[in-house]
Amino acid sequence: MKECTVRECTIIKEKLTDLKEYKVADRFKDLKKEQKVEMLKRMFQIRYFEMEVEQFILKGQIYGTCHLYIGEEANAVGAMNAIRKNDWIVSHHRGHGHCIAKEADLKLMMAELIGKGNGYCKGKGGSMHIADMDTYNLGANGIVGGGMGVAVGASLTNKLKKNDGVVIGFIGDASTNNGIFHESLNLASVWDLPLIFYCENNQYGMSTPIIKSTRIKRISDRKASYNVKGVTIDGNNIVDVFNTVSHFAEVCRKGEGPVLIEALTYRQRGHSKHDSQVYRTKDEVEQWKEYDPIVRYREFLIESGIISEDEAKKIEEKAIEDIKAAAAFAEASPYPDLSELETDVYAD
Amino acid sequence: MSELTYLEAIRDGIREVMKEDERVFLIGEDIGLYGGSFGLTNGLFAEFGAERVRDTPISEAAIIGASAGAAVTGMRPILEIMFSDFTACGMDQLLNQAAKIRYMFGGKAKVPMVLRTASGGGAGFGPHHSQSWEAIFAHIPGLKVVMPSCPYDAKGLLISAVRDNNPVIFLEHKVLYKNKKYAQEVPEGIYTIPLGKAEVKRQGKDLSIVASSYMVQKSLEAAEELSKQGIDCEVVDLRTIRPLDIDTVMASVEKTGKLLCVEEACSFGSFMGEVITQVIEKGFDYLDAPPIRIAGKNCPVPYSYILEQEMIPNVDRIKDGILKVLGKN
Repeated sequence: MKECTVRECTIIKEKLTDLKEYKVADRFKDLKKEQKVEMLKRMFQIRYFEMEVEQFILKGQIYGTCHLYIGEEANAVGAMNAIRKNDWIVSHHRGHGHCIAKEADLKLMMAELIGKGNGYCKGKGGSMHIADMDTYNLGANGIVGGGMGVAVGASLTNKLKKNDGVVIGFIGDASTNNGIFHESLNLASVWDLPLIFYCENNQYGMSTPIIKSTRIKRISDRKASYNVKGVTIDGNNIVDVFNTVSHFAEVCRKGEGPVLIEALTYRQRGHSKHDSQVYRTKDEVEQWKEYDPIVRYREFLIESGIISEDEAKKIEEKAIEDIKAAAAFAEASPYPDLSELETDVYAD
Repeated sequence: MSELTYLEAIRDGIREVMKEDERVFLIGEDIGLYGGSFGLTNGLFAEFGAERVRDTPISEAAIIGASAGAAVTGMRPILEIMFSDFTACGMDQLLNQAAKIRYMFGGKAKVPMVLRTASGGGAGFGPHHSQSWEAIFAHIPGLKVVMPSCPYDAKGLLISAVRDNNPVIFLEHKVLYKNKKYAQEVPEGIYTIPLGKAEVKRQGKDLSIVASSYMVQKSLEAAEELSKQGIDCEVVDLRTIRPLDIDTVMASVEKTGKLLCVEEACSFGSFMGEVITQVIEKGFDYLDAPPIRIAGKNCPVPYSYILEQEMIPNVDRIKDGILKVLGKN
């Protein structure tokens, strides 16, 4: 797999955390082939889901806005495969990938995005609020950093119920300058909560490059303030993501959390539906695309002899089919019944 | 049955629900060994231990957010925000997260948490420790807002709030906390008072006073004093302002034909503005005189005793309001 330390673009010239220092074992190599294939399938699903969403945007069917995860797929898929199905996650506004990686129903997701009544949230949440309690997904969030407190609470539940569940709170680089980041990480640290804050550093908070908003070189350096473990990894390398999250999930389950993982990655598309991307060059985007997480993983699987070129194609084609089916389902679905408007405000 | 202050009654209610339901736990600043800023949680740490009575750093946003996260994953937290003013530090977690989770998730989640906090002025704590923010909370769909006026109600409402499956803002009036004047016989054990049900605290035929929390006590005093002049006021205690029991208010207004709303909060954009609007919308014809509000003045709550007393409605101002509605001054 291409090493990312040679990247010339933006600020990613610093060396990553040496995972050997943390004794992060290569658990990926012990996975069954099916799971390795499943991971590629999920990455493709996310990629094609988001590309389909782009089509919906072009057709004017995405009311409001949404935020695409293209280029960041290794993070969601690698992390989710490293935890259990009944481990809670909390996501952020760029959350479609987490939802899919947590095995949400693609049809219900797509229906929600185009505002249909049978979508995940009955059309009441939209892109920024898709949640799925059945897959232990506490939802995307419209407020940067907004889900962090909830993540602390979910991991507190694990502690109070004395189970060995772990929670992943997915956050973005820009959220780490929000007050809730400090309060949440500090509280989680004081209580030794089984919580991984997984920071997808995609280099930009909307238009602001991380280098302009943050003076420390590595967001994971903030671990020192809370006396927690923290690492910086290549977030476009799914094997590293999987191994790192597997390792630190176990650390948390043993009562030695929380953990701050910073994963360097890149959003290949604009911030949201409307973004002329004046803040970065096409060259930069192209350079990062050379480290596209799906291309890298696909090549890795083929080069390692785990799958053939032909198998890879079939996995990709199946993912495209799944997404087309989801889109067709969503388009054919009814809009919400207006009688639903004021329901679900309060629980009985 | 024993005579308890408002603070003791709330503590008693907390103890009962903690004994009843293992999912209930306390979280807040200095609530453990120290017993809370007002001493309300005194003894609970010793009784239930550090796991269930959780002291936190000074992190209102994380306290509220963690409560919401614990609630949505199966616990029933009671969080204490020392002064209601401090909720400002955690408003995103409260208004955008806790209040909206259920709706945003299409009704597939519930957030059973109670945010207890000391509200109101009259204790000389100044602009950052004395505000009455019920209108802000009640404005947000998804939140319930409780404002008990006496020990008996406080305990029964607290138990209902904890059993409720929604985020409940439980506004405790700090002047009522330890005031022996308002101590009451409070039953032992569990009893509940439903959220969303007002109570007529004083029957009367000439005018309806609608109030909540400490203003109920002041309104009762004003009513008592004016009864010597043959004026017979009814006092409706809203007890919870969201859900609002407008039916009980309407029934009273239908009977008396006159309405005075009393509240401690600044009048501009106040909750009683909502009450008066609803009364007018639902029963303009019942009214024989324009309804008015006696409310806090439109400034921050000042420190100096004489200024603070001038800012917050007192018995004399309520009496003036009554006479004004009745056309007697």
